[in-house]
Formats: sequence, structure tokens, C-alpha cells
Amino acid sequence: MASPAPAIDYVDVNGEPCRVWRKGTGRPLAFLAGYGGLPKWPAFLDRLAESHEVVAPSIPGYPGGLGHTKLVDHLDWVLAVRDLLNGCGLEGNDTLLAGSGPGASFALEIAALWPHKVDRLALIAPWGLFDEAEPMTDPWAQRLPELPGMLCADPENWNALKAPPDGANSIEWPIEQTRALEASARVFWPLGNSGLEKRLGRVRAPALLLWGAEDRILPRSYGDRIAAKLGGSSRLQTIDGAGHLAELDKPAEVAQAVEAFFA
Amino acid sequence: MKHLWFHLMPYTELPDDFREHNPSVWVDIHSRLFDPERAHYMYNDFMDEMEFAAEVGFDAVCCNEHHSNGYGLMPSPNLIASSLARRANPDTALCVMGNSLALYNPPTRVAEEFAMIDCISGGRLIAGFPVGSPMDTCYAYGQNPSLLRERYLEAHDLVMRAWTEPDTFAFNGRFNQQRYVNIWPRPVQKPHPPVWVPGGGSVETWRWCAEMDYVYCYLSYFGYKAGLQTMRGFWEEMKRLGKEPNPYRAGFLQFVGVAETEAEAYELYREPAEYFYGRCLHIDPRFAAPPGYTTEATQRAGIQSQVANAAMQNRKALQVSKSAREFDAILDNGYVIIGTPDQVAEKLRHVIHDLRFGQLMLLLQFGNMDKQLANYNTRLYAEQVMPQLQNVWSEWENHWWPTPMSAADRAAPDPIAHRAVAAE
Repeated sequence: MASPAPAIDYVDVNGEPCRVWRKGTGRPLAFLAGYGGLPKWPAFLDRLAESHEVVAPSIPGYPGGLGHTKLVDHLDWVLAVRDLLNGCGLEGNDTLLAGSGPGASFALEIAALWPHKVDRLALIAPWGLFDEAEPMTDPWAQRLPELPGMLCADPENWNALKAPPDGANSIEWPIEQTRALEASARVFWPLGNSGLEKRLGRVRAPALLLWGAEDRILPRSYGDRIAAKLGGSSRLQTIDGAGHLAELDKPAEVAQAVEAFFA
Repeated sequence: MKHLWFHLMPYTELPDDFREHNPSVWVDIHSRLFDPERAHYMYNDFMDEMEFAAEVGFDAVCCNEHHSNGYGLMPSPNLIASSLARRANPDTALCVMGNSLALYNPPTRVAEEFAMIDCISGGRLIAGFPVGSPMDTCYAYGQNPSLLRERYLEAHDLVMRAWTEPDTFAFNGRFNQQRYVNIWPRPVQKPHPPVWVPGGGSVETWRWCAEMDYVYCYLSYFGYKAGLQTMRGFWEEMKRLGKEPNPYRAGFLQFVGVAETEAEAYELYREPAEYFYGRCLHIDPRFAAPPGYTTEATQRAGIQSQVANAAMQNRKALQVSKSAREFDAILDNGYVIIGTPDQVAEKLRHVIHDLRFGQLMLLLQFGNMDKQLANYNTRLYAEQVMPQLQNVWSEWENHWWPTPMSAADRAAPDPIAHRAVAAE
């Protein structure tokens, strides 16, 4: 039997609507999506919804969210994500915050700037640091047929996320997917140091860092570097058989690791 | 009709097996392929060719800006234009096509350098303002594709104010903040040099050119057949906006090879054309589409037209390949027009009317063509093709051409004689 669809709500950020998906009951857990956003509700969140109320707000420009063109500098973006979380009702001081890639970078920024706001962090390969010896692979400069295999250990997991579902608008669907890539590029282009590294020491919340063993975008050494600079305790865990978007490749394993850490 | 002689300044000695061993001519082309001492000769040949084109009567000479590019050796077209401003034919306009505004920090640099060229040349500058290609701007120069157009438009406003406001002013933009803007020198042409905007098929660019009353230039390497749909789209948009269909509103780029006979033209221009389309346009597609570079309105129009084309039965007739590398296919697809002067003039007359433009930009040196052949092509065109087309659009006024100081009022550079004197 198919699992019921998540409930949909919208939060205004800078006057633009951003979709919020909610599913499950239990302690609320917010998830900020990775590269490409969430054009579809993923199995990974379905699994988490078995134990938590999963709240998945769309970052401006990601599928379901608008308003990225109103944001110019990094502070604009961090404040927009904070407004988004507050708009979801996560204004207290005990938020369980998870994220992937760009979303994980924002989760760290929130935890650094408002340390009281976040109780625990679960982060899948966060962006925002730069290592000259091992620069991050540039996902915006790839030949299209090669991109899925760079993002996921199994390229079909990316393809499945991005394939238009039955009834999708054939013009707007591809534009929405490009907009998601644009939104992350608008924040992080050209993949230099976003300034996050110098703020990591402000993070107090314990953090779980998850890394796909087959991540072809961001070397695992970035995880070590983040762990070494975080102000709170942290643990780095590798997910076998997973690529950069570990939550797409190994939804059950990633969800299990997050659940265990948030328990 | 205006005839503008355009140089891309291609590196002319890319190896025969360039395609096989190099992923791209642009962005990450390897430095081992660049020999600075050979480039010394190339630059000097290229500038000789531009001076020659001015001498034989072209209305303007054009240069443009590229970065990390094996077919465009002009990161700074202003350097070339300033050299031409001094001693090339003083009747020739200088078209810098142009400065990618978002790449300059602060953009007042563009206002200053263009004003310098306008002063040195006595008011002969055409100021080109491209957004710039993805390869140049987003990859080689690291600009954010999602912010590029906003930066461009803001930089444009800053340059315009710097040219036209008499008093020192403060500029408080999103990307540029300058407390004291007051450029010295100021352009000769008032209120400012004519502005031309090279672009692809972006709907926003068409509308913006119409709104600002700028010339729109479609600079494609794929010739008149591939350009037809874009230029029709442009004119439909002008009509929709209620703009006069003055053909001088539009510029178009075309590769041309002229010879005494058709057979000679085929023989002479085959190699340089195949060099250009085979090696110079060997661009890694991974640098073609940074997200955000193409606006959503243009993406939407593109997808809609694909859908519309797919629905049309005669779709094949409308499609022009953009990947031809063999000379016959290059000619069939209209990338390059070759022939005798009469044949070329006849063909161009049709193209000029079908696509409707008054500013014809000609690539008469292309690929690895040497100076001798470039000058041969240039001379034949100037002497035997240009006169046949001179009166096209004579019923229209070109409002977008430079208005220089009168020849009598302009400085004449001293002849350079001191070197010989010093040697005596």
C-alpha cells in the first residue's frame, strides 16, 4: 500500500511562497534539502516520518519555493532560511535540524548564528568550505549525461528524482529543476569559501556528519575538517554504497543513522 | 548599409589533432598550446589586417572580448581599439563589441576606457555592451550566473550616468557602491557614444534594446540560415513594441570568402573554415549552460518553440545543423558564404533583406587564414562587393552611427621619423 502523501502548507519568505511538506508524528525534525531540492517526496523522509514529524521547507528557488532572485549576499540567504524555519513554527530552542549539501551548509549557519535554536544537527556532506588541495567537484560544469553518476552512486536515483511525474507540466517542470540548480549556484558559485568555516566554532549543538563512501562531489576530508572546527561534539559516519546525495542512494541507512542520533 | 570588418583574433596554430587531445578550446585550454613568440606575430598580423581593412574603406573595424579562449585572443579589446584609434584610417569607426560590463570592478573602468578611445579617435567609438558568454563570464571570470544580468544592468546604469552627469555623484547600487563618481576623460560624442548590444536570442535583450534605443547585434557563428528565426523573432518583438522597423536597429555577423572564381574561393577558404569550425568551436558542453545564465522567460520561449517545431510537419526544413565541420556542410548550412564578388553581393543582398539588418559585420579573416589571404579577401570585398550593396537601406537613416568631430578639427598624428634620424 502506498504511503500517504505529506501535507502541504506555504510559508511567506520576503513576500514569496515557499512550500512546506509535513508528515508523521513525534518530535519535529526539519530537513533542508540537498543539491537539486525535492521535486518529489523522497523515501528517506518517509522513513524518518515513522518516528518524527518531518518538516521539509523549500529553500527559496528550490522546487516548491520562490524568491531566490530577491537574495543577493550570504546574509540574505541565511536570514531567509531562518525566516523559513520560524515560519514553520520551529522558533523554539530545541530544533532537530538535518540537511544535505547546500541545505546542510545552511543548517550549520543557523546553528552558528543562533546556537540556542538548534538542539542537534544531522548533516550530509555540507557545502561551503574550500580546500585548495582537494577542491570540490563543480556540479555546474558537467556534461549532462555524466552528472547523475557524480551526484549518486547509482545514477538512476538522481534520474528518478528528476523524471517528470505523470501529469507534470512539460514546460514548467524542467524550468523548476533548472531553477533549483540556479538557487544553489546563486548562493555558492563559484564554490569558494563561503565564510562558514570561520563560524563553525560558534556551533554548540552536537553534530552527526554523514558522508557517502562514494561521494564524487565533496571529498570526505571536508567532513574531518568540519568536525575538527565545530564548537560542539561531532561524529563522522560513512554510508557505504552512497554518493554525494547519500539520502537518495541509501534512504534507510541514512534515516536510521539520523534517527539514532536524534533519539 | 554599413560594412564592419570584424576580427576575433584566433590563435592560428592549434594542432591538427586538437579535437582528439583537448576537451575544449575555451576555459581550460592548455597553456602548452600557447607560444607567446608566435602570438607576437599573430597580434601584429591581426592588427595589420585591421589597419588594412580601414584603409580599403570599411565603415568600421570591430574587435571583441574573450577570456581563456583559443579562438579569441582579446581579453582586452580596448587595447586593440586604442592602437587603431591613433593611426588607422581616421574615416573608420571603431566598434568595440564590446566590454562585458559585469566583469569590471568598478564598471566605471569601462566608462573611462571607452571615453579615452572616444577622445583619442575624435568621437569614432561604437560602445558594445555584451552580457558576455557563459564561458567568459561565469567560468573563466567566476561570475555568478544567477546574478550576472543584474550586475550587467546595474553596471550599465552606472556607466551611463558616469558619461552623462556633469557633476560628481554618489552611486549606491546592489553590487557597486562608489561615493565619488567623476570620470576624466569624458566622451567626445554627446550625450554618449552609440551603444550596440550583442546577444543571442534572449527576449529580454530584445526588449531592453528597444526600450533603450540601442542596436541589437546577433553575433552567431552559424550564419544566415540559423540566424533567420532569431532575427524574425527580433523584428516581431519590435513590431509588437511599436518600434519603427529601421534596419539599422539590427546588426548581424556573417563569415564571407571572396575570390575571382567560385573554384578558387572553394580552394582558398576551405582550410580556414574547417580550422574554425573544427578546432576553434571545439567547446566542452559542460561550460555551456551554467544555471541561471538563461532567464526563465527565455527558457520558456525555447521549450515552447521546440514543442511548436516538433508539431510542424516541415520541421526538417527549418532545422539548421550547428555542428558541421566539413566545408561542404559548412557551406550548405550557410555558416560561410563564398563565391565571386557578384555571387557574394547577390547572396548578401538576399540575406540582408530576409533577416533585415543595416549593420553587417563581416568575418573576412577566420580560422587560421594568413594575412595575405585575409587582405586579399578584404580587398576584393571592399572593391567589388561593398559598392554593389552601398545603397541598400538608403531610404533609412542610421541613428546609431558615431558622430565624430569634423575631420578638419581632428588631430593628425605626426609621422614617425625620429627613429631614422636617431640612427643617422
